Amino acid sequence: MRTLRFLLRKEFLQIRRDPAIMRMLVVMPIVQLLLLGNAATFEIRSSRMYVVDEDHSPASRGLVTRLAASGRFEIAGASPSMALANQALLHREVSSIVHVPARFERDLVRTGSAPVQLVFNAEDGAAAGILRTWAGRIIAAYSAELSGEIRPATATLAGAPVRGAGHIEVRARGWFNPGLDYQAYMVPGILVLLVTMVATALGSMNIVREKELGTLEQLNVTPVTRAEFIASKLIPFWVIGLGVLAFGLTVARLAFGIPMRGNLGLVFLGAAVYLLVALSIGLWISTIVETQQQAMFVTFAINMVYMLMSGLFTPILSMPRWAQWIAQLSPVKHFIVVMRAVLVKGAGLGAVLLPLAILAAYAAIVLTLAVRQYSKRAA
Amino acid sequence: MSAMRGFVVKEFHHILRDRQTLLILLLLPLAQVLLFGFALRTDIQGVRLVVVDPAPDASTLALRSRFTAGGTFRIVGVEATTAALAPRFQAGEADQAVVFEPGFGEKLAHEGQAQVLVITDATDPNTGATMQAYATAVIQRYEQEAAQRAGPRGVRIVPETRMRFNPTLESVNLFVPGLIALVLTIVSALMSAISLSREKERGTLEVLLVSPLRPWEIIAGKVLPYLALGFANVLTVLAAAWFVFKVPFRGSVLLLLGESLLFIVTCLALGTVIAAVTSSQRTAMIAALTGLMMPTTILGGMIFPIDSMPGWMRPLTNVVPGKWFILISRGIMLKGVGLGDLWQETAILAGMMAVLLVVAVRAFRVRLG
Repeated sequence: MRTLRFLLRKEFLQIRRDPAIMRMLVVMPIVQLLLLGNAATFEIRSSRMYVVDEDHSPASRGLVTRLAASGRFEIAGASPSMALANQALLHREVSSIVHVPARFERDLVRTGSAPVQLVFNAEDGAAAGILRTWAGRIIAAYSAELSGEIRPATATLAGAPVRGAGHIEVRARGWFNPGLDYQAYMVPGILVLLVTMVATALGSMNIVREKELGTLEQLNVTPVTRAEFIASKLIPFWVIGLGVLAFGLTVARLAFGIPMRGNLGLVFLGAAVYLLVALSIGLWISTIVETQQQAMFVTFAINMVYMLMSGLFTPILSMPRWAQWIAQLSPVKHFIVVMRAVLVKGAGLGAVLLPLAILAAYAAIVLTLAVRQYSKRAA
Repeated sequence: MSAMRGFVVKEFHHILRDRQTLLILLLLPLAQVLLFGFALRTDIQGVRLVVVDPAPDASTLALRSRFTAGGTFRIVGVEATTAALAPRFQAGEADQAVVFEPGFGEKLAHEGQAQVLVITDATDPNTGATMQAYATAVIQRYEQEAAQRAGPRGVRIVPETRMRFNPTLESVNLFVPGLIALVLTIVSALMSAISLSREKERGTLEVLLVSPLRPWEIIAGKVLPYLALGFANVLTVLAAAWFVFKVPFRGSVLLLLGESLLFIVTCLALGTVIAAVTSSQRTAMIAALTGLMMPTTILGGMIFPIDSMPGWMRPLTNVVPGKWFILISRGIMLKGVGLGDLWQETAILAGMMAVLLVVAVRAFRVRLG
């Protein structure tokens, strides 16, 4: 125990002496959190729309007015030329086009039906699909409104209700996060990722650095046991990591107003176990690789999996089955589950017992692997 | 100039001799683009739906079968009241619920108006919004078709929608160009940051600085071999995009290759600057990795649309080189535009490269003093 204390003091001194490390561990995650927390949103603001009205009738103007009045679309340009509209779409000046063909109103009056063309820039993925649905609702509502004013010539028994042809009113409600607030969902996840990235990188460079500098050989001939050695490498970053997480949560609370419905002690219990996993994985890498450069590339590969496959940015449910298994391997995923459940849904210990158990088992396995791997080198 | 040539040859030897690292550098980007290209998608399949239908009738049954028809929805339960919903949502057994009002078909037929309530688990707001839009679209289509069958009653405006540049909303087409930008940014920046900071740490940079080579020659010599390696990466990941993911290449492939080269040089220069301002290999690598990964992913427009960000945030995305490369590669691949439409993005990237190179060379010259 005495040995461990001395080793720890040495590690802490080393970290404190290198201002670059403290900057990366503390300042970088917080600064990135403040910036990225604002940017990580799929929230669809109003779409800039180009209007090509070839009809110039009260009906076509009414349609454009309804689209603009909905707040979902913002008229950013208008001309009778579809070519100009296409150019604007190509250059991302607008993200949608509504094209009302000539004789729109006449067709409505004569045949009771007229087409309207909607073009969306599908470069931004899911947003285009949602905009399409919105536009569809607005147009359907306008049709219903017009039905009261225009009586088409071909209408059968105008005004009389016809079987099955009524209007279905859809009301939508989102549970657990009714305002579709992205920050409550994203900010804790981003914080975890940032702290993990730095911690894994520092951990993975730690032992291999001693290897490269030749000081590991010196340590190997001392009476320091393997467990003491690994512990001395683990504990400082574990303590600092927890500190940064606490600081980050405070910042997230103040800057983004993320909810904290559950017991914070539970979050930190989760964080303590989780950081053990993340740091052990880093140390394990460090015992396997030969150079800091290799350590870095392995860390890069693992951090990419953490970042892109933890379900933070794209849903795990959408991934192919084999990828869902890989996602289960990411400790980040399990900790984000704990954090969200406790902070956003106010869950208690019972609800997060499973992910906590997974993390604990994970920590035990990886730590054992790291200690054993290191002993091989020491032999 | 021959000193320069000798130096470059020596650098190439360095890289070629370390087979293990060379293999990692060649295969890692390809492996990552393949892995994440398959894993990242936003289209949602198999939404678990609970139907609350207090009084089933022809209309509600027809609408229910509409939901199961596409494969997007899977009905996991039919309830008579909404009381059973909350526990099912909390247990995570259901993602969405469609609640019909009592006498739905009757009201629809005779009053011409009926209500449906769509409840969605919005814990993940993105998935929630998409599921909501899917469900609304199904109901809307049913309503339209019913209206068509019933014959004209009142008037109907028929929207014809077109999804320009990515008609099927294929996730792969959106993510692969972004993924390429992300992977190339980090691999290139890491490579040049490592090669320079290692010389610095070992003290061999001092030797180079007192040699007749000028600072820019040292940097060029260090970076050139990695340029070759980076270009090899471009070829492999673009081949993966084309053969594996079938991303359309509507524009000029030659232009795309040229732009990729420009982008790699920019990222290599970025790595050089990072090496110049940090003191050890470890700091340089961690700064390059953690300083670039999240910002490139989030601010580059690869996953989160830049239009969705708050107004003050949007100009900040301009400093991310990946953003410009994503605009260029999506432009060439999906929109089929040429240099005439991309000159602005290209000029910005070239400007970034110039600034970074100047900063890098200056930073190393300062060390001489």
